[in-house]
Amino acid sequence: MVEAARRTSPLEGRAFRGHGIVLAPAAPASRLSLRAAEEALPALSKALGLSLPRRPKTSAAEGGRAALWLGPDEWLVIDEQGADLPALAAGVSALHSAVDISHRNTAILVSGKRAEEVLAAGCPQDLCEARFPVGAASRTVFGKAEIVLWRTGKTVFRVECWRSFSDYVFSLLEKAARETM
Amino acid sequence: MAGAFRLPAAGRLDAGRTLRFTFDGVSHTGLAGDTLASALLANGVHLVGRSFKYHRPRGILAAGAEEPNALVGIHRDAARRTPNVRATVQELYDGLNAVSQNRWPSLSFDVGALNDLAAPFFSAGFYYKTFMWPRAAWERLYEPVIRRAAGLGVAPDQPDPDNYSNRFAHCDVLVVGAGPAGLAAALAAAEAGARVILADEQPQPGGSLRFESGAVIDGKPGWEWAQETVARLAAKDNVRILTRTTGFGYYAHNMVALAERLTDHLAAPDAQAPRERLWQVRAGRVVLATGAIERHMVFPGNDRPGIMLAAAGRTYLNHYGVAVGRRVAVYTACDSAYAAALDLKKQGIAVPVLVDARQAPQGGLVEQAREAGIEVLAGHAVTGTRGRLRLSAIEVVPVAGGPQRRVEADALLTSAGWTPAVHLFSQSRGKLAYDAGTGRFLPGTHAQNAVCVGACNGTTDLGMVVEEALHAGAEAAGQTGAQARGATARPEARSPEGWSAGIAGPAPGAEAGKGGKAFVDFQNDVTAKDIAQAVREGMRSIEHVKRFTTTGMATDQGKTSNLHALAIAARMLDKPVPEVGLTTFRPPYTPVTFGALVGHGRGALFEPTRRTPIHAWAEAHGAVFEDVGQWKRAWYFPKDGEDMHAAVARECRTVRQAAGIFDASTLGKIEVVGPDAARFMELMYTNPWARLEVGRCRYGIMLREDGFIYDDGVVGRLAEDRFHVTTTTGGAPRVLHHMEDYLQTEFPHLKVWLTSTTEQWAVIAVQGPRARDIVAPLVEGVDLSDAAMPHMSVRTCRVCGVPARLFRISFTGERGFEINVPADHGLAVWEAVWAQGERHGAVAYGTETMHVLRAEKGFIIVGQDTDGTVTPDDAGLAWAIGKKKTDFVGIRGLRRTDLVAPGRRQLIGLKTLDPSIVLEEGAQIVADPNQKVPMKMLGFVTSAYWSENCGHSIALALVEDGRARMGERLYVPMPDGTIEVEVTSTVFFDEKGERVHG
Repeated sequence: MVEAARRTSPLEGRAFRGHGIVLAPAAPASRLSLRAAEEALPALSKALGLSLPRRPKTSAAEGGRAALWLGPDEWLVIDEQGADLPALAAGVSALHSAVDISHRNTAILVSGKRAEEVLAAGCPQDLCEARFPVGAASRTVFGKAEIVLWRTGKTVFRVECWRSFSDYVFSLLEKAARETM
Repeated sequence: MAGAFRLPAAGRLDAGRTLRFTFDGVSHTGLAGDTLASALLANGVHLVGRSFKYHRPRGILAAGAEEPNALVGIHRDAARRTPNVRATVQELYDGLNAVSQNRWPSLSFDVGALNDLAAPFFSAGFYYKTFMWPRAAWERLYEPVIRRAAGLGVAPDQPDPDNYSNRFAHCDVLVVGAGPAGLAAALAAAEAGARVILADEQPQPGGSLRFESGAVIDGKPGWEWAQETVARLAAKDNVRILTRTTGFGYYAHNMVALAERLTDHLAAPDAQAPRERLWQVRAGRVVLATGAIERHMVFPGNDRPGIMLAAAGRTYLNHYGVAVGRRVAVYTACDSAYAAALDLKKQGIAVPVLVDARQAPQGGLVEQAREAGIEVLAGHAVTGTRGRLRLSAIEVVPVAGGPQRRVEADALLTSAGWTPAVHLFSQSRGKLAYDAGTGRFLPGTHAQNAVCVGACNGTTDLGMVVEEALHAGAEAAGQTGAQARGATARPEARSPEGWSAGIAGPAPGAEAGKGGKAFVDFQNDVTAKDIAQAVREGMRSIEHVKRFTTTGMATDQGKTSNLHALAIAARMLDKPVPEVGLTTFRPPYTPVTFGALVGHGRGALFEPTRRTPIHAWAEAHGAVFEDVGQWKRAWYFPKDGEDMHAAVARECRTVRQAAGIFDASTLGKIEVVGPDAARFMELMYTNPWARLEVGRCRYGIMLREDGFIYDDGVVGRLAEDRFHVTTTTGGAPRVLHHMEDYLQTEFPHLKVWLTSTTEQWAVIAVQGPRARDIVAPLVEGVDLSDAAMPHMSVRTCRVCGVPARLFRISFTGERGFEINVPADHGLAVWEAVWAQGERHGAVAYGTETMHVLRAEKGFIIVGQDTDGTVTPDDAGLAWAIGKKKTDFVGIRGLRRTDLVAPGRRQLIGLKTLDPSIVLEEGAQIVADPNQKVPMKMLGFVTSAYWSENCGHSIALALVEDGRARMGERLYVPMPDGTIEVEVTSTVFFDEKGERVHG
């Protein structure tokens, strides 16, 4: 019997704390790319223990698990406790596609009163609270990288990106965070 | 006292805060708050540059962004040498070092000024006429010489060491310009609760209130009201005020680009702080309060240093406390210059004469001037000026004719009227309307959600300006859904001045003067005569006149000159002005640095650099990396003293003798899931998929509609409804888009979804005779025997205790496995595999060895051995087309007559007769090396390597009818001799393909 191989996060050791801004890699989480038509949503919602959102730029969260609306038939499901999400989806017979992307993505937590402003260095969306309230989520860009942006608190955002882009995303966030306005 | 021309009782600067600066090496003193221009004028320096074409001495014309003449270099250090900075915009800082441009050997004695004497040769269109023949001379002689002589500043020769920044911003109301109109509009919008951004190019808002001494708003002097209003706005959390920020571009959907200058005014900027920031603002409604630009009078000799715009002279006086001369004459065709004369007089400056082109000027200001004792010469013209490097006198004659009179003066303020600054409005695609009554182009039909207020809208009475702006601000806020928090109190505003009158084109009585050139466009040295000549030579549209004369084409974009040029052309053509047309306003409004546009995107942030989970190990083990798209891939792993050739030879040998371990994580991966997954695969690939068993793999080829190879890769079937598709590294994003495109547009009926899993999996390839021995101890629950897990199969299992997908596949022709593990485990699993590999004498190998080994087996690389015009049959892969299939993307393309005709280039192998010669990739191949040039090319080399395992060089090539030429001698002509080659099969090693099965 072999000992389970250890994990190495792509942003291990990275952190930044500046005036009004903190950048930190998020803890490992399990993630699912969920694709499904309308008919399957009740069964999938039940299996996942949350109500899959149906409106653009919204999310649903329950405990440490959340589903982010990415498209008319697409969700990013994140479980911070590392639950076996594919197994949960596998029990649903209604038509859907569930693909494990736990390691494809990594996340950066951007928090502090300058969070909106620092993200505005690379994200063209309007991130003010009225337009992008707590719970809002969107697949968008940050500089030259695709990200999924999720506002988890008044001054807290989670930036999900593919792991090999995380160095670029973190570095650009840090560059913007170091600038005084 | 900071300068002999600084007046103790004038201006708003603090006389106690002095700053030192140098201009062309001469030290001067200025005050905090000065611009370089105001500080130079305070020291009596008017001569600041030489003109573009004639090298004429030039002074400061304006006090703002429209300045055409006073362009200087600002040198901070060896790397920070900014050319073409407008001295009227550059704020003074302690230690500022400015140099003049376009002069040699010095500003006061410039050899290039000989051009002025040779002026007859440099008339309009001279580029097109003088330098036509001989043709070759243009590139070698004329252009370089002209470029050297006719010039602006010198570009820095070192990389820009500064930081630049970018911010996206959104607001309900964007107000561009913070003069009285912009401030009032911003105040009304902000007090109605809208999210407001107010941008102004000056360090302090206030606009024209900077010089309009008579303006009173809300019972206070205009400037005071402006500063109080700014403070009120700044205290609101729904307002962002951006000073030193130019709105330079108005794009689609109310996107306005602003350039904010953050450190150019500082003596010792923080090296980390951005120098400039680009704001990309998306606004609900845009309020343009961009003001108006004063025009100079066009008359002979109007470019002498000391001649400047009336409002500029007034700005230097009222804001900076600087007298532009001791005896300041005025030449005007409108009222506002009278205010300048009165302000000067009040400060005790002599105003020897006020020349007015109008026959009978009337009104309050005219009366005041006469009452103040200023000699007003109505119906007169200035027909010439005197003074070499500085104005000394003007010549005045009655417009109706009469004796000439010379008036001593060391400065002359001129005003031909005000041109509304409609640049941004026009950039927004708004249509301008010509107001014949006032001779102005004004905003007409809007194309975007914007409104123009104040002087740029043609509103010139201050009371009306404020009223109009308050209304526009409140309306803009209401329109974007802001909740009204009460209306803004309307302050009473008045000013004795109006900006509506004036003339365009040469001043009456001054056209025919013999007193010298009458300049229209100072920066490009275009005279009234040049414009007239362009019309005489057949130019009819202003666009042609512009290109023929280059009027309005300099870095100032003709801010002071365009209307003059247009009026002259219209008069010559005897057409109304709007029929001659107005040239297009294009961004940027004023020059923008490349740094601001590039923003953060330079150095490491220019482009994402993608690294695999195993990158750190490769780095620690001395790998040399190569760039593959955005990826860094280990290229080869040299040991001490090895060059690339030796390292690759060792790696190649060891893989075939023992084993090699290779990081294949960058391979594109797509998970195809759904009940119709197999049907979708049948349509996207040439191969049959329906009967591929679960747990087996197949090499797939994907075509474009035209029948040419688009991508390839091994596909494993994980379940009836789930495929694990691999793509080339570089093709990963476009292959997914290609598949998604077809799924959404051509095959939307299929129940299948695509998900990129490229980065979910780290991929460790273990290849070679010992591969199974290396992998076996790490794998749980899979029978790895050849019978149970043959070549081209896949198993879901655990490797090193983590969930894995284990493929038995080979891109080397050896027994091979590819271990896919979740990416965070990739490094640890690699280390475990490496530890096993070392026991069996394995090497870590890079992409170069991967390339050589696959070439030894004749496996193609899409994009290297194919170029977008290669069919599967051309590549010798006809076997991969499902013969019974009736449909797949590209099936009709493959039937095109030219794709099935004989004579197509086919992939074959080449052996050089001298086995040590490695061909050059891309080299052309001919049948007869002695034929005449240009030779008939049969094809070209696509891949070529030294093969350590074969003991000779190998190559793949695309050659006409290649497969029918086996054994034939062909030739590769190279610059240093012809290489003889023999056509062979594409498989150079293990021709029977036995090794892959163990």
